[in-house]
Order: sequence, then C-alpha cells, then structure tokens
Amino acid sequence: MTTALCDLSAVEIARSVREGSLRAEQVLDSALERIRAVEGRPPSLERYELQADDRSKVHAFITLTEARARAQARAVDGTVAEGKDPGVLAGVPLGVKDIFCVAGTPSTAGSRILANFVAPYTATPVARLEAAGAVTLGKVNLDEFTFGSSNESTAFRPPPGNPWDPGRVPGGSSGGSAAAVAAGEVALSLGTDTAGSIRQPAAFCGVVGMKPTYGRVSRYGLIAFASSLDCPGPVARTVGDAALMLGVMAGADVHDATAALVPVPDYLGGLEQDVRGLRIGLSPDYFKLRYPDPQTGELREQPITPEIETAVRSAAEALARQGAEIVENVPMPNTHLGIPAYFVISRVEAASNLHRYDGVKYGFRYPGPVSDLKELYRKSRAAGFGRQPKLRILMGMYVSAEQYEKGYYQRALRVRTLIRRDFEQAFDRVGAHRLDALLTATTPTTAFELDAVYGDSVLMQYADLLTVPADHAGVPGISLPAGLDAQRLPIGIQLLGPDFSEARLLQIGRAYERQTQAEPWRAARPKVLSQ
Amino acid sequence: MTEAITAEIFRHLVDLAALELDESEAEYLRAQLNSQLKAIRELEAITLEDTAGITSHGVPYTPEISSLPRDDLPVRSDLADAILKQAPEVDGRYLVVPDIPHTELA
Repeated sequence: MTTALCDLSAVEIARSVREGSLRAEQVLDSALERIRAVEGRPPSLERYELQADDRSKVHAFITLTEARARAQARAVDGTVAEGKDPGVLAGVPLGVKDIFCVAGTPSTAGSRILANFVAPYTATPVARLEAAGAVTLGKVNLDEFTFGSSNESTAFRPPPGNPWDPGRVPGGSSGGSAAAVAAGEVALSLGTDTAGSIRQPAAFCGVVGMKPTYGRVSRYGLIAFASSLDCPGPVARTVGDAALMLGVMAGADVHDATAALVPVPDYLGGLEQDVRGLRIGLSPDYFKLRYPDPQTGELREQPITPEIETAVRSAAEALARQGAEIVENVPMPNTHLGIPAYFVISRVEAASNLHRYDGVKYGFRYPGPVSDLKELYRKSRAAGFGRQPKLRILMGMYVSAEQYEKGYYQRALRVRTLIRRDFEQAFDRVGAHRLDALLTATTPTTAFELDAVYGDSVLMQYADLLTVPADHAGVPGISLPAGLDAQRLPIGIQLLGPDFSEARLLQIGRAYERQTQAEPWRAARPKVLSQ
Repeated sequence: MTEAITAEIFRHLVDLAALELDESEAEYLRAQLNSQLKAIRELEAITLEDTAGITSHGVPYTPEISSLPRDDLPVRSDLADAILKQAPEVDGRYLVVPDIPHTELA
C-alpha cells in the first residue's frame, strides 16, 4: 500500500489546508479510501463467529459518520476559500473513542446497553477539536465502558486487531483509537486513560499516546467509568501532533468543575527546545513486575521483557547524548500496589456510575414481559451489560459494603496517598532526585494474541501495572514508540512528570523522536499497510 | 484458601446490583471476583502510617486552580425533545415504567 495524504501528520495536514495547498475534502477522501482498504467487516452486536478475513483487518470503527465528515470538510474548505482561518486542526481526520458523546451520533460505550443511544449533546473535548477544524470520521471501538486492556470486552465484534499483527490485540481500552491512528485511518484520536487506556494501546500499536494531568482536559460528555481517574487525551503518530491536539482540548470548562484553572501553554511552540540539563530518572521498581499467581494468589516477581528494558535504557542514553542528566535508582516503592488499589477504587466508582443504566431513561430496555419495575431493572441490566460491567459492579458493591469498606475502600484510598507520595518525592525541586521526568517502559510485554489473556480478569488488569500509578497520582504521562521487538511488534516507553508538566514531557518526547529519527525501525510500517 | 465471596454473599451482591445471572455466568463471575480479591489482599499486608490520609483524587485542587461554582441561574434548554426521544417508552412527555413495587410501612 502506497503512502497517501492520510499518512501525513496532523501538523502538516492543517498547515497545508490553511495555506490552501491542500483541500480538507482531499484528505477526507484519502482517509476513507484507507478505511475501506484496512477495516474489514464493521463490528456489530450480531453473534460473533470468527471469519477467515477477521484476523487480517483492523475493525476500528463502530460508527462511520461519513456524511457528517463530508459536511465538516466542505465547511473547512469554504472557510479557506473565503480567506478566513478554519482553525489549527483544519481538515485533520479525527476518530473519537465511542465513550464520548457527539451530538446526533450513536454513543455506545462499546456496550449493548447503550447501542441505540444517540447523544443529544457533544463532549467538550470533541466540540473544541471540531471548532478548530478537525473532521470527525466517526466513533472508534473500545473495551465495554473502557473496562479492559485488550479491547476484547467490547459488545461490538470483531474486536479491533493490531495493525502490526491483526491476530494480536491493539491494547485497550482505547484500542480502536490506537489501531485507527497506526493504520492511517485517522491522524488523531481522542482517547481516555483511567489505568493506562491511552498509553498501553499506544505502546502496543506503535503510536504516541498522552494521559494529561487529571483536570487538564474537561470530562464533560465523557461517559463515566471511574470519575476520580478518567482523563481524556490525545492519540497521534507524532509527538508534535499530540502537542497540537492537547493544546486545542485543554483548559477550564464551565461544564466540568474538575477542569482546572491552569493556563494552557503553547505545547507546539515549545516542542523543539533541547533537553540539556533536564533530570530524567530511572526506577528499579519499573523494571520488575509483582503480581499474584493465578492459582495460589502468592506474589511472584519477575523482570519486564528484556527487549523492553533495553529500549528504555537506550532511550535514556539517547537523551543523555542530548545533554539530559540521567538519575538512576529512583525509588518508587509503591508502584506494585497500583493494581490492587485500582481493583478497589475503580470498581467502587464504576458500580456507582453504572447504576444509571436501568432501561427507563435511555439505552436498552428488556423487551419481554416483566412483573414490576425491579424486574425490568434486573432483566435490562442482565441482557444489556456484558461480563466486565457486571464484574465491576459486583466487586464495587462488595468492597464498599459497610462491613468491608474500611478494610478495602478506605485502605485503597490511603494506599493511593502513598503512590502519590512516590511521585512527589521524585519530582520534589529540593529533594534527593529533583526529576523533571521519570522514564519507564509503558507495558511489561508487547501486544499479546487475541484470546490469549481474555477471560482472566486479574492477568488482564496487570497489563496496566506500569501505567496505573500515574492515574492514581493524577500526574501526566506519555507513551512513545521506541522500536520493534524480534516479532516486529512495537515497544513503548513512557515519560511521567509532575502535575501539569505536559509541555516538558512533550519536549522530552520530541527530543527522543528527533534523536531516533534515522533509526531503521522508524521506517517500518504496520503489516496491514504492507499487504 | 477459603472463598471470601461465598455463593450466599454472591447472591446478595447480585440482588444489590440489580442483576440476574444464569448459572454458568454466576459461576464464572464469582470465581473471577474471588481471584481479584486475592490480588487485593496485597493491600492488607502493608503498614499504613497514621499520616497517610486518603487521596480521593491525585491532583490537589488548591483555590488557585479550582473553578468557582457557576451562578445558579435558570437556563432554557432546547434538548428536552432530544432527551425524551432516547427513552425506551413514553406517553406524551412522561416516561412509562411497569408497576413500582412498594411496601406499606408499619
């Protein structure tokens, strides 16, 4: 498959469209052509049976909104023709994770219970991106209500395949976002990160994914999972594109009191600053995994995949060559508690948020006879929710029950304090380490095969071991492509920084990108594009 | 190790969660819950100092970065029809539900 307009970066597309040397409709046509070439059959609620072609295609889109996109592209071109500025994202193809409301389009959350829900309003981040000229091609697949790390829990199947090897998962929960961006179907995608749901799929699909600081981007119009953790953020192919997108979305919002009143810097403008003198840390606690044995529950410890560790250390060397100071042995002793605490906190919040789905106000309603309202609730929720929402509701009920709440929920919230403290100490300007950023692997492994982990909810959750601490702490993180393993699967590395330090993380990410631009893996393309 | 979530506790949780499960789904979900609890048990082993208060979200919301509450003003919305259109069953502008069970208080 030849390189096309849709493979250009968002920065290049927007620049050319604003200059008038490229029309938004040309870019849209190119993206639609790519979608037709790589998508395969669209995911649906039909009973899923694997077909021969399924594991060679991407299946990222739940809903394609071609007519809406066409109208947006024409409006952008019309604005340019009038000599006016259509905005900094003029003509850039965008895919929106189907957990955001977009007025007049189905907003399903990847769940049968919302399959027929048409949002009456648009989420703030989407509204801001569209106001800046982005062209929304549709809604992309995700784990049901974002509950998962492989995108396999979606009710809309076939689940997305990883463009580098469609027999493998793209990660999750923003799997459709990362897959669509990697395959060139869109230049940008809006994802969400609650335990790693932007960074982990970005790592698996060889793209850039950023979880901003909690409160950096409004959650208005985001269908809630765990309200104290959910962060909307960009998925892009380059650091510059992520910077451009974040700058458009970030900032206070009258509709979301948790969107912080912190000025939004010019992320793109500061991107090319060098990293001389910046202190970048490595922590032994991010080079090992601690997880319970699936049979006995006993804790096991093992190192992360050696190729991934090598990628992290090579990145540190690349940054050191540009003048960054590498600080070894930064203690982050509570990293391993991230998943156990998350099992409690996120479930309590999910159970609370999922009570609103009752078959009465919107969404799926059990169509058969029922004796009373309670039976309607039970039958609608039983048929509308998949296994993951049920599991999370039940665990949330258990750990927040009066007799267990102190031992589980309150304890988990206190453990969250310890995790936050690890970061505060590492980034303390007068502390022992004084880090500008912590450099780690994004994931313990590269993308695993479809069906390999799905069904084991504990093992699946541990895919987020290295990403979830930042969600507990609220600090920002970015995953960057950092090479391919022996199976030609992407490796992701992660930079974590203090609150609202996105500009610094993007700057370091860009320095790494610049330094490694000539490396052979940068020229490699996903398998779906080489067919 | 004994199961923390017994069949009886599980039935109670299912009732609280307003769910209905068939036998095989119930068996799978209960096994997964017990397996998750083993992971959560790691939290029990750590010593929490008295100074470790709770963190309800990571970023501290200081007055400088916190939004002021909006003025409490009535705003006309034109979304009522679009919202009602989402309801599974309506009668005019009312949502229709089956009988609502009630218990007479003594």
